[in-house]
Order: sequence, then structure tokens, then C-alpha cells
Amino acid sequence: MEPIVRHEGLVVCMNRVNVDTDQIIPKQFLKRIERDGFGEFLFFDWRYLPDGSPNPDFELNRPEAKGATILLVDDNFGCGSSREHAVWALRDYGFRVILAPSFADIFYNNCFKNGLLPIRIPRELYKQLSESHARGEWRRMTVDLEQQTAATDHGVTFSFEIDPHKRHMLLHGLDDIGITLQYEDEIARYEASRRPYQFVYA
Amino acid sequence: MGRTLFEKVWDAHVVKELPDGQTLLYIDLHLVHEVTSPQAFAGLRFAGRKVRRPELTFATMDHNVPTVNPKDVRDAIARKQIETLEQNCREFGVQLAGLDSPFQGIVHVIGPELGLTMPGKTIVCGDSHTSTHGAFGALAFGIGTSEVEHVLATQCLWQSRPKTMRIQLNGALQPGVTAKDVILGLIAKYGVNFGTGHVVEYAGSLIPQLSMEQRMTICNMSIEFGARAGMMAPDETTIAYVQGRRYAPKGEDWEACVAEWRELKSDLDAVFDVDVVFDVHDLEPQVTWGTNPGQGTGISGVVPDPKDAKSEEEALAIRQALEYMDLKPGTKISEIPIQHVFIGSCTNARIEDLRLAASIVKGRRVADGVRAVVVPGSKQVKQQAEAEGLHEIFLEAGFEWREPGCSACLGMNPDIIPAGERCASTSNRNFEGRQGKGARTHLVSPAMAAAAAIAGHFVDVRELTSEGVTA
Repeated sequence: MEPIVRHEGLVVCMNRVNVDTDQIIPKQFLKRIERDGFGEFLFFDWRYLPDGSPNPDFELNRPEAKGATILLVDDNFGCGSSREHAVWALRDYGFRVILAPSFADIFYNNCFKNGLLPIRIPRELYKQLSESHARGEWRRMTVDLEQQTAATDHGVTFSFEIDPHKRHMLLHGLDDIGITLQYEDEIARYEASRRPYQFVYA
Repeated sequence: MGRTLFEKVWDAHVVKELPDGQTLLYIDLHLVHEVTSPQAFAGLRFAGRKVRRPELTFATMDHNVPTVNPKDVRDAIARKQIETLEQNCREFGVQLAGLDSPFQGIVHVIGPELGLTMPGKTIVCGDSHTSTHGAFGALAFGIGTSEVEHVLATQCLWQSRPKTMRIQLNGALQPGVTAKDVILGLIAKYGVNFGTGHVVEYAGSLIPQLSMEQRMTICNMSIEFGARAGMMAPDETTIAYVQGRRYAPKGEDWEACVAEWRELKSDLDAVFDVDVVFDVHDLEPQVTWGTNPGQGTGISGVVPDPKDAKSEEEALAIRQALEYMDLKPGTKISEIPIQHVFIGSCTNARIEDLRLAASIVKGRRVADGVRAVVVPGSKQVKQQAEAEGLHEIFLEAGFEWREPGCSACLGMNPDIIPAGERCASTSNRNFEGRQGKGARTHLVSPAMAAAAAIAGHFVDVRELTSEGVTA
């Protein structure tokens, strides 16, 4: 996994609540058995018109959003289906950081497995940032995961909270499974402590 | 201080706790389906790893499976995904209820009916509706594909301890009002993210009155208000349901399990981070009008006006939903016409759901211009329904009777609702495009879906009399 320590990039804002993973990557694209190549289908039903051309009104299609790597979005982002394809699509499109007042739990966990940094910010800060962004007061942001701080290019700075374990994994691009296998003894001991019927089925 | 049901199950599965609060949790049952597993098996293969406990892993295919002829998978990419699961299960020694198996079906229907789902277990699946299994007093939650790979390789999962919430469902349901109406009413009242970060325990006087099927419907939709998992303490109803099932413990093992399960409940002095009380005795049948499961109201209600919203954000969300759903504020819910009825999904495709729907449609006809489909949750449900003659009731009324699968709940198979048309659906999500691009989904109970099929529009199922429906 590609680590993330410090990231500077263009910000796109989607002023939408409860964006579910069906919108992020619609079901017709879940049939592929690879992890890559989902970026072109990101937000498919919002992003393209019925004739297949880009929808000029959709946030990501506006000229000023071209090349965005940071997504600023409203409450409960990533709700619904557990599909990790949503995170793969966001990453494949080029996003590295998402800021929102809240995220759905499964989506939030999936981000950390794929080098995508989700940052929870207070709702007041979201409103302030999205409104000033809409007025064109700022466009870019620098995020420092090591320091747990972020700064817009018009001088708003803030710090954010993140679980230390998740932060560590992301900073170093670590593979969870490799770490867990270091606890093989503990796992084997746990298994030996259970009664056989607790492992039913044979 | 006493412990909650959740805390008891959690504590019993801790393999290792790290100083930073991360817990390595042991997983008793890992359910696998074709959509969220191929990349996980590919990861194992790439790293030269094995499935640590294939005997704790159970797979089926459900999302892509056609429901007219399950073996006639014409979509080449879908076929590849199904074949990939078959190949992965062979290669890694995982048991598969495949297309030829008499046990194939929706993963959250077959787990309980095979007796794989049991009280006190930790259960995961790469599927958000894994919360269903919490109805048995299991800790069950959906995970992403990277976590699927992690569980396959280690039989464990890193978790940070969630917060706890108790929702007391009190009272008795009026006739014609179901568990589906309870969970839809609850989400309509509290919103689609009030459970985020929490494991919910449903308690209160309603629960002992509910069958396992109804309990599963409620736990299934816990994810629709953001909860990590939904749980209910096991009782005699739970024990009776599990007893004798294919993989349920037998003999002395069974006795030992039952003794443990009878003790598996929250202590009286256990403290929850959040406590909610929801009275159900006034609840009426629910219908969603919007594009998330919280945008719903009772059958006597009307489509809301964004002007009456409590906040700017809510007004915006209502406007966006009404535009997509092509509904006008003030329209009576009972005056919304429908063109499709879907009775199915991991929320409402169990035998009891089909019995309920059949009892409404018996001797009646599907309204002109309505296409109504029943998709049983599993092969076993289908077989049972046919043994009871339910399929004949549906077919005589003009319903289609299909083979099991996820079907039109998410339309990954050919069962798609056309753009601009409305569906009364017993599924769990009314998101934009969920049942097909431009399709308009209204979530309802099986009883309400059956009634809508007969009337051609939403109707209070309680008004159905032997004289028929007021059209």
C-alpha cells in the first residue's frame, strides 16, 4: 500500500449529505475481479449524461476540479454497501484525502487499507470551508498526517484526530496481515482454549 | 458494573489487545460471496498464503445469479465472477453452496437456516447486511474486501471497540404492522446515521413477541442507520429456531450451548453509551418516499414539503430526493401508483415473509400494468414455500415465481427496474439507481408490497377486506 505522510493537492467540494457507496460506484461495475481500473466509473450515474458525455453540472466535471486529489464532502459519506470498490474507485481516480463531518464505519475502515486518508472535521468547519471554497477564496490544501494538521492556501489551519494505530499503518503503508501473523502464537493459543463445538461445522 | 450482551461476546473473542486500543478479535464464522471475495483470494494467492480455517468459512453465490434460470449467466463478466468463486473455493478448500447445491441462496438467509449462525458467535462477511445475524445474539458485521482477505489469512480482525446503544422497542404491533415497519419507522424518526460507531442492542417488550424471521428483518437494517451491528439477546425462540438445523451442535454439545445461550444477555446493571426508547403500538405500515431509508412515513401520510424541513441541509436532501423520485409535496402516499413489486432480498425473503405476502394476495389479482415478482431467499425457502402451495397462490394472482438470489434488491443480475418506473420493494435500500438507473424504489413490508401489487398503488394493508381492495 502506498503510504501517505504529507499531501498537497487541489480540493473539490461536494455539498451533499449521505453519499452512499451505490453512488460512488454503481453495482454494474462490481463484477470485475481486479482491484484496479475503477476510477473511470467513479460517481458514474452523476458524472455522465445518458448519452455517455460528461455531465457539466457535476462537481468533479467542472474545469476548476480537474486534477483534484482532495475531496471535501458533507455528513455520512460512504454509507450503505460495504463494497471496497468505492475506495478503489476514489483512489484510482486520484483521491488521497477525504474530509467530511462524518463517515460510515465500513467505508472509513476500508480507506485505511488502500492509502486513502479520511479526516473527520467538525460540521461548523465543514460549513466554513465549503462556503469559502464555493466563493473561490481557496483551492488547495496541505495535509500533514504526521503532525495531524491541515492548511488551506488561504491560511485556514486546523488539526484533526485519528486513531494512532490507523495513522501508523497509513504513514508506513503497512500490510495488516503481515503484522497480524506476528501474533500467530496468541491466535493458536486462543484457538486451543475454545471448545470444539464452538467451531461447529464439519 | 455489569456487561452488555455485546461486551460479553466481544470479550470472549479477544485474542490480543494493543496499548493503542486496537483489538485482535477472533472470528467464528466467515461467510463469503462472489462479489466481494475475488480480490481477497487473489491477494492470498499473490502472497502465497492459505485460508487459515477453511472449516470456519462458508461460501455461496447470490448477487449475480439470474433468477429465471440460474445457470444461464449471459453476462460474461458476471459469469467470470461466479466461476472465480467456484475456482477459489476448490483451490483453498472452502465449502461452497454453489448453483447445484440445495442450500444455495442469499448468504444472510442460508447462514441462519443451515444453523451456521448461532448465539455468541462472531460472524463477518464482505457485505453490509451481515448485521442480520445479530438477531441470534451473535456479533455480526460487514467488512471490506481487504478485511475479507485478512480474515481468510488469519481468522482474526483488528477492531477498535465500538460504542454501545440500546434501543428499547416497547409495545405490541397492530395487526398488519410488521418488523419491517418497526425498523423503517425507527430510521424515519432518528435518521440514517444515528447509529454510526455503535453496536446496537434491541431490547424491550416487543422482542419476545417476534419470530426469528422478524428479528432478522430488524437487525438486517441496522446498517441503514449506520450501526456497526445490531444484536438481540437469545431466548427460547432463538434456541428453538437453531435446534436440529444442519450444522447446529448435537447431543451433549447442544446441551452445553443452550446452557451458555440462556445466560447470554446484558446484565441488569449494564450501562449503554446511548439509550433510546421507541414505542411501536401506534406505528402504522411504513412507505419510503425518498432516496434513503430514513425518508419514509406512515401509509396515512403525505410526501413532505422541503419548506417544512428542520434545517437547510434537510430541505436540500428532500428537494434532491423528490426530484429523483418525481414526487410533489403534499401527495398522499396512498395515491402513488406503482408499476413493479419486488418481494425478496435478505431483509424479507424468508418463509414467513412469503406466507404473509401470500395471505394477502390469495384469491386476488395483480393490478393491470403491474409486474410483480417473488424471489425466495434460498433454495430451502423456495422448496418449503412450494410444499405449502404458496407458489400457486402467487402464480394464480399473476406474480412471477423465481429462483433464489439477491435479484432486484440491487440489480446485479438481469432483474432491473426500468428508468422512471416505480417499485414497491421489500428490500433495504432506496438509493438512487439501486434497482436500476433512474428506477424509483419505495421500501415497504411484504404485506404492504403484496397489497400494492393488488391495488396498483400503495394502500393500507389493514383496509384489505374479503371484498377486495379499494382501487
